[in-house]
Amino acid sequence: MTQSETHAGPARIALFTSCAADLAAAGPALAALDVLHAAGVAATCPQAQSCCGQVAVNSGYPEQAARLARHWIETFEPYDMIIGLSGSCTASIHHQFPRILSGQWLRRAEKLAERTVEFTQFLQRHGRDMDLSLQGSITWHDSCHMLRTLGERAAPRAVLQRVRGLQLVEAAESETCCGFGGTFAVKFPELSCAMADRKLTDAMRLPVTHVASADATCLLQLGGRAAATGSAVRTVHVAELLAAALPDGVSTVEEIA
Amino acid sequence: MSASNISHALQGRERIAPERPAWAASPEPPEREALPLVTAQALQRTAAAPTADRLGQRSQDWHGEGWPEHLVPLREHAARLRRETLDDLGGYVAQLSNQVSAHGGVVHHAADTSEALAAIRGVIAERQARLVVKSKSMVTEEIGLNHALEADGVQVVETDLGEWIVQLGDERPSHLVAPAAHLSREDVAQRFSALAGEPMSTDADELAAFARQRLRQDYQDADIGITGVNFAVAETGTLVTVTNEGNARMATSQPPVHIAVMTPEKVIARMRDLGTLLPLLSHSGAHQQVTTYQTMVTGPRRDGEDDGPEELHLVIVDNGRSDIAETKYRDILACIRCGACQTACPVFRTLGGGHAYGSVYAGPVGAVLSPLLGEHPQDAELPFLSSLCGSCADVCPVQIPLPDMLVDLRADYTRTQESATARAGWKAWSALWSHPLGYRLSIVVTRLGGLLPRWLPAALPGAPRRWATGRKLPDLRQSGRFRKALRRMRLHGAERSHR
Repeated sequence: MTQSETHAGPARIALFTSCAADLAAAGPALAALDVLHAAGVAATCPQAQSCCGQVAVNSGYPEQAARLARHWIETFEPYDMIIGLSGSCTASIHHQFPRILSGQWLRRAEKLAERTVEFTQFLQRHGRDMDLSLQGSITWHDSCHMLRTLGERAAPRAVLQRVRGLQLVEAAESETCCGFGGTFAVKFPELSCAMADRKLTDAMRLPVTHVASADATCLLQLGGRAAATGSAVRTVHVAELLAAALPDGVSTVEEIA
Repeated sequence: MSASNISHALQGRERIAPERPAWAASPEPPEREALPLVTAQALQRTAAAPTADRLGQRSQDWHGEGWPEHLVPLREHAARLRRETLDDLGGYVAQLSNQVSAHGGVVHHAADTSEALAAIRGVIAERQARLVVKSKSMVTEEIGLNHALEADGVQVVETDLGEWIVQLGDERPSHLVAPAAHLSREDVAQRFSALAGEPMSTDADELAAFARQRLRQDYQDADIGITGVNFAVAETGTLVTVTNEGNARMATSQPPVHIAVMTPEKVIARMRDLGTLLPLLSHSGAHQQVTTYQTMVTGPRRDGEDDGPEELHLVIVDNGRSDIAETKYRDILACIRCGACQTACPVFRTLGGGHAYGSVYAGPVGAVLSPLLGEHPQDAELPFLSSLCGSCADVCPVQIPLPDMLVDLRADYTRTQESATARAGWKAWSALWSHPLGYRLSIVVTRLGGLLPRWLPAALPGAPRRWATGRKLPDLRQSGRFRKALRRMRLHGAERSHR
């Protein structure tokens, strides 16, 4: 690892797993630790981390979100680099924090955002010598905030291209929202499901087994809807995909649990 | 001649049975069902899925590649131009008014709907007008002009093809520039067949020919032509209206009186600004380099001129715009009504168009503008009718930060309208989650929640059930699994799961 400019010793790297990892999707976070280890990166999961507060911003509670944002800043400030395991939560640090914070907290947030990257953005520059191999075909779902707020479309594709044997088949609607939208899914459940159905129908047309994404919550939405409707489409987080492609992983996408 | 058969275009209208739900009616009904219920009903409309397909394809074809390189600088320039006029809206409107008057037009300033209707009714009474032809205009939808005039015994004929089609079905336009976007050719043929009293084919050319033949006579018979305004040039007093059918040109040149209706933010500073704004409007609204017709009207007919109306009236309806211009939502007034945000919005598309929003303005722009206009209390909930995917901001030709505005409007809503219980709940939540101990506690509680039967949410009334019946819920027993694994790893000295 590169030496940090601010202190002696190896750069301190934190994995920002998001509350989804704690509440409903442990798999991507565990997988990410394996992948980072294989990439030769010693990443820490700060115990104090909770939630970036995006759900509160989007529900109309910026003050409550700001409270969590300040907690986030205090938790991650000691680190030289923060790797976000969710494109959406990472985008929240970059875009929402400056909108809900002010004064010194705003300045601290902006400095911290400069060293906060999404998981595949980090891997685009690190771990190039990882031995990745996995047979199978997947399609990609660009999560809205990763694509449009972070402006990141290339990184996950570039990283997945390193996996020998893995085919990424682009869907016509790869950039269309899955219909989750946090509390949107609760306020307008039928609409949210109808949006997921359009995504699933689009993916079903392709010769793939899985929809992959950099956001666990989109995948919970798509996977949950697929399970309820009997759709054959399965979902997998990019970290799980990469962990499965490591030498001690599995040999085909279909084997991913 | 009785009032019912003045218009050639509307003859046989009584044979068309309206098949739209109440919430798609024009004008929108004052009593509304709750927004979540209407959106659920909208998904059941037979037209919803085909409309979503059509608009989705259009969005893919139009916006799939992002902004064409040659339009990027134009877009940035347009965004600046629009804000330039918003900086001094009063000044530019005054300049426009002076110029229109100097060219022989009559300017009416209306603070609100009733003043606007009074001004228009005044002109109509003066001319004893019985038949009005209209070119598409959203602000006249906003002030409910058609129904107000019909109540006065005046026949009003929409001449934009799509607008005429929705008028025949007693519907509101479902899209800003494609009012009949929710209808298929078969739907149109069915409507035209009823109007004609004989079966018609679904051939697009034949349907268009029928519409042309029906509308043509009314231009000549009309006492007054009413149009909207796409841009009003302050420096020259020129009113610009763009169409692909030439109907605005007919409506402004055939009848003896032309009434143009606009809101103040339609004003632009200079004639040359059109060089930036027209190509952008054409691109964003219809994926064209330029629309077929750009009708520019500077004053009524002058001595020696062959066509144009004897009288030109410009009605400038404020309806809350001056107030909005003083708030943080000012940029919504930069909108040039291209409808790109609607076409790009997956929520709008999936709902089969804008009717389910219940307001005159639908889609992302409507979800911002309607609550600010405050026409109906329920419009305050519209900012929540978005998944905040951001497609709207990507395609907006004047760079309005629509998702940020939706989020800010949600905050306005919770401050004024959300229950104290909900507010207290969020407060408690943020207190809990900003402390490691509280957060860990909630993880444990969530896991306990996961031990409850999976069928439970579906058995609860209201939203939990509707949410839970549509999808398999995440397994909450997963809650805490990651932390547990992390503790085990730390015991072994490395944060690696060795799964």
